[in-house]
Amino acid sequence: MPSKLDYLDLLEAESIHIMREVAGQFERPALLFSGGKDSITLVQLALKAFKPGKIPFPLVHIDTGHNFPEALEYRDRLANELGAKLIVRNVEDTIKAKGLKEPVGKFASRNALQSYTLLDTIEEFGFDACIGGARRDEEKARAKERIFSVRDEFGQWDPKKQRPELWNLYNGKISKGENVRVFPISNWVELDVWNYIKREGVELPSIYFTHEREVLVYGEHLVSTSPFIRIDEGDVIEKRHVRYRTVGDMTCTAAVESTASNIDDIISEINRTNISERGETRIDDQVSEAAMEDRKKNGYF
Amino acid sequence: MDLLRFITAGSVDDGKSTLIGRLLYDTDSIKVDQLATIQKQSKNKGEGEIDLALFTDGLRAEREQGITIDVAYKYFNTEKRKFIIADAPGHIQYTRNMVTGASNSDLIIILIDARLGVIEQTRRHSIIASLLQIPHVVVTINKMDMVDFSEEVYNNIVIEYSKIAKQLNIKDVTFIPISALNGDNIVTPSENTPWFKGETLLHLLENINISNDINLTDSRFPVQYVIRPQSDDLHDYRGYAGKVVSGTYKRGDKVTVLPDGIDSVIEAVEVHGEEVEEAFAPQSAVIRLKDDIDINRGDMIVTKNSIPKVSQDIEATLCWMDSRPLVPGNKYLLQVQSKRVRCIVKEINFKLDVNTLERQDNIEQAGLNDVVHVTLKTASPIVFDSYNAIRANGGAILIDETAHTTVAGCMLQ
Repeated sequence: MPSKLDYLDLLEAESIHIMREVAGQFERPALLFSGGKDSITLVQLALKAFKPGKIPFPLVHIDTGHNFPEALEYRDRLANELGAKLIVRNVEDTIKAKGLKEPVGKFASRNALQSYTLLDTIEEFGFDACIGGARRDEEKARAKERIFSVRDEFGQWDPKKQRPELWNLYNGKISKGENVRVFPISNWVELDVWNYIKREGVELPSIYFTHEREVLVYGEHLVSTSPFIRIDEGDVIEKRHVRYRTVGDMTCTAAVESTASNIDDIISEINRTNISERGETRIDDQVSEAAMEDRKKNGYF
Repeated sequence: MDLLRFITAGSVDDGKSTLIGRLLYDTDSIKVDQLATIQKQSKNKGEGEIDLALFTDGLRAEREQGITIDVAYKYFNTEKRKFIIADAPGHIQYTRNMVTGASNSDLIIILIDARLGVIEQTRRHSIIASLLQIPHVVVTINKMDMVDFSEEVYNNIVIEYSKIAKQLNIKDVTFIPISALNGDNIVTPSENTPWFKGETLLHLLENINISNDINLTDSRFPVQYVIRPQSDDLHDYRGYAGKVVSGTYKRGDKVTVLPDGIDSVIEAVEVHGEEVEEAFAPQSAVIRLKDDIDINRGDMIVTKNSIPKVSQDIEATLCWMDSRPLVPGNKYLLQVQSKRVRCIVKEINFKLDVNTLERQDNIEQAGLNDVVHVTLKTASPIVFDSYNAIRANGGAILIDETAHTTVAGCMLQ
């Protein structure tokens, strides 16, 4: 009699099945890699899905130019260790080439501009599928998105035209110009990711653990000082012991005060917290109730 | 800790969203910032109290109209289990969404308004549960506070629903009197229903045995991808990657590769690069065979003790999911596991009334949300089982050849 599978085994089995569907159904897939814990989890799953072979698709990073240096360093090291092909495209170049208008303001974020660079990169390499680390528990628009999410030639998500997704059957058929965003860890929640990282012994960028950092105290948010945010007169700047619960751009990701120096500490911190992941750390979601829905409709992953 | 996937069936008026909101709230799965957003929205809508239902509506149109259009997935966990809720709309015009949500569910919660009792919708949801072969049915009789927690009202509904369950051959049914709004019998036993000796809803969800729902006897392994590293040290390595959808596989097993029917013996079973004693459903695994045979994505490796159907002529019950009608003679792609073949819908044999289970003959076409019985002919043989016999290997979808959309969910027979 087989032993009982743990819930992490079940989630992993489902995600690996999805990874293999991507490799089986598409000609030119890519894995969108940011150096954050969710895409690091994707890489671990992809490694296990194709062992003893190599991951049969490149890692793609859309670099906004506002990334944490620690995440970039991690990205390069990981790609090197795996012998994986790493493709980096810069939002900066898209801004120059297309004459895009840079957002202004205190926390001027290039988050929305990323979509342009992503779409250009998809076109440049002819990617028909892009694997991303989005989870349905993150945000309510994401809760409605399919695991195989078809985007039109403008990269747009149309929630009304989503394909029904039944059993474990994924329909990746597309027309020329369209592409599919694939979310293998759709059914994972934040804590599942942390428990998996712990179980697998996966290394993370250092900013996920406690460190001393100069931050701007902005309401309830602690935003790292950097050349990318505007410091105004009267701003409160302090040194705090912080870690990052999510890793996005320096302009829109807030740190949390923490003394957690290892994964066990982080897991117990998350178990105790009464604030959601995006609520605590993402400044860009708080614009409106439908901020994410709108970004996704415009090609955001 | 294991994992339970369930679907909630009911409409806004039955308190479905309130029930989900209640489960999330009482298990501390709603964080303060999310609660604050709901409070703000409740105020925007001019409602005094927090409307837990707002927590489940994801898209702008849904919030504006106060309805659920699409399937939303929600998550919570307790010490015992992780739960995935498929929150699907209950109205007849969203039957396809409910079928979608039901396809992956181990359990269905059917909501009945205590004041209304068993209504057309209850029957429809039960028919869908039975079509999709959801193993466990939990009937929650909601709004008990509106009927003074009357045991008689509850008992009458139980008697009436039991008739439906019998007619539909639904085997595992549990009844719970609840008030989703006030939390009666959701997490803790209610003082208002001293006559009720059963478990609370959460207790049931945490403890119901689902491990027996997995078929470990009929071995089915659809090949998704062939791993061939072609590196110096793994020059001859050829592994078939897939998911054990049912049964078990171990070294030395005599197997047949279908649809071609080529025999071989398992050389090794690997899970994530490590050789294992055996792999079992629902693990993802890699199988290596002793013989060097030509196997591709879409083939299925089965053990010789249980052979699935291999056929080009297929009967199926399907739920039509496209706005353009299904007309006999139409051609589609049929996807079963990792296999895709062209097929033609030869005949629509009858339509099933999802409210009454009555059959309507002489059907010329099927429209959105219709459930029909059809005869298909595929361009080449496909490997499958009857959905009612092996649920994990009897589901299929139809894909439109030019628009590429998924137009039907099929239960093969």
